[in-house]
Amino acid sequence: MKLREVLQFIEGRVISKDIDLEIEVTSGGGADLMSDVLAFAQEGMLLMTGLTNPQVVRTAEMAGTAAIVFVRGKIPPPETIALAAQKGIPLLASKFTMFETCGRLYRAGLLAHGLFELTIREWHDAFEGRE
Amino acid sequence: MQLPTDRKEITRLQELTYELRVEDAMTCTVFTVGPDATMAEFREVLRANRISGTPVMEDGKMIGIVTIEDLIKSLAAGELQATVRERMHPKPVTLYADEPLVHAVARFSELRYGRFPVINREGQLVGIITQGDIVRSMLKRLEVSYREEEIHRYRASHIFEDIIADQVALVFGYRIKPRDFSRAGEASSGLKRTLSRLGIHPSVIRRVAVATYEAEINIVVYSDDGGEIVAEVRRDRIKIEAMDHGPGIPDVARAMQPGWSTAPDWVREMGFGAGMGLPNIQSCADVMKLDSTVGVGTHLTIIIYLAQGDQGQPSR
Repeated sequence: MKLREVLQFIEGRVISKDIDLEIEVTSGGGADLMSDVLAFAQEGMLLMTGLTNPQVVRTAEMAGTAAIVFVRGKIPPPETIALAAQKGIPLLASKFTMFETCGRLYRAGLLAHGLFELTIREWHDAFEGRE
Repeated sequence: MQLPTDRKEITRLQELTYELRVEDAMTCTVFTVGPDATMAEFREVLRANRISGTPVMEDGKMIGIVTIEDLIKSLAAGELQATVRERMHPKPVTLYADEPLVHAVARFSELRYGRFPVINREGQLVGIITQGDIVRSMLKRLEVSYREEEIHRYRASHIFEDIIADQVALVFGYRIKPRDFSRAGEASSGLKRTLSRLGIHPSVIRRVAVATYEAEINIVVYSDDGGEIVAEVRRDRIKIEAMDHGPGIPDVARAMQPGWSTAPDWVREMGFGAGMGLPNIQSCADVMKLDSTVGVGTHLTIIIYLAQGDQGQPSR
């Protein structure tokens, strides 16, 4: 899904200057916990978050996410926008909640990327390991 | 339990079905028949072109699909003079050219048809897709990324081959300031860029970057006088050491549990301190060693293997 289409589905706005709306995002994920993002993010993912500090951009850079959508109508502070510009990571804004922003994109066909690997063993042991 | 390894492989193929679109896999040359052709004529179209089904076109519009199964039924009934119009399936299920390939895969397994006509958003027929087309396109893409990987490996090894020595190691050091959250991540960012210039494979870089970033955040958050991150790159592996003279971890085993954290509120407000840092590091590393003494400091060592080591991700 192109960023242009993402914007249509979430009735979103562009925060960054000069971004390429033809960039493709291959999957989506939402979290306010940056360590969780680091654990599940995939190259090319679209990250939905309610957190606006510069560490969100760092996290996106490390995890290789394609773009960030700030949910719940939050506008990031100038230092976040500046860092994102420096790293070339597009920033978008959605006035909807995390749930609705993600829901609109999921319904439109943007899919998630597998399960949360860090806890899969715990999950397996807790629910599926028993006969 | 081989669960994680199996899952990884499936994920790479699944990823491909998201990356590729129907139009990347479909056959663009579509053979068609008119509705007034007889089934005998249709048989000739199949035979001459070695295909097993075609869309039925009337006045430039697709009005149905007719397949080898319909032909077999006509043959069995001795009705080869019947028209395609009588034997076709009207209103065929179609796919859009710009849909991700995963939709096509889902359609094939759901409906068990042999082929789907592909249309553009204006409704015009632009191609046709079979399961064979899907397999071919994925194999082709895998071959391309395999070749890219080869090139990456060549570049990565290049610098090491130009240096003549029994053992070569490149060492990069980064100073980490304590409590300065606005700059946290700069060391990892610098290391990430450096490694990509060295031509290290992107999937390795990603693991290094994520692990280093978590380690860097820990130093920023917990140490009183900062710390140091040293990355040592060799032919076969990258070793990262994160050292500080901070307070130390009282219970290392507990700190390794997902969800266990002693982080103060200001850290949580930044989106960290949810107890996933060390487990995250471990999942990125091939080898992880954590030495910590309360009152003395913490020394984290992780090793990530390059190239051939990619296969060997032991103890997760």
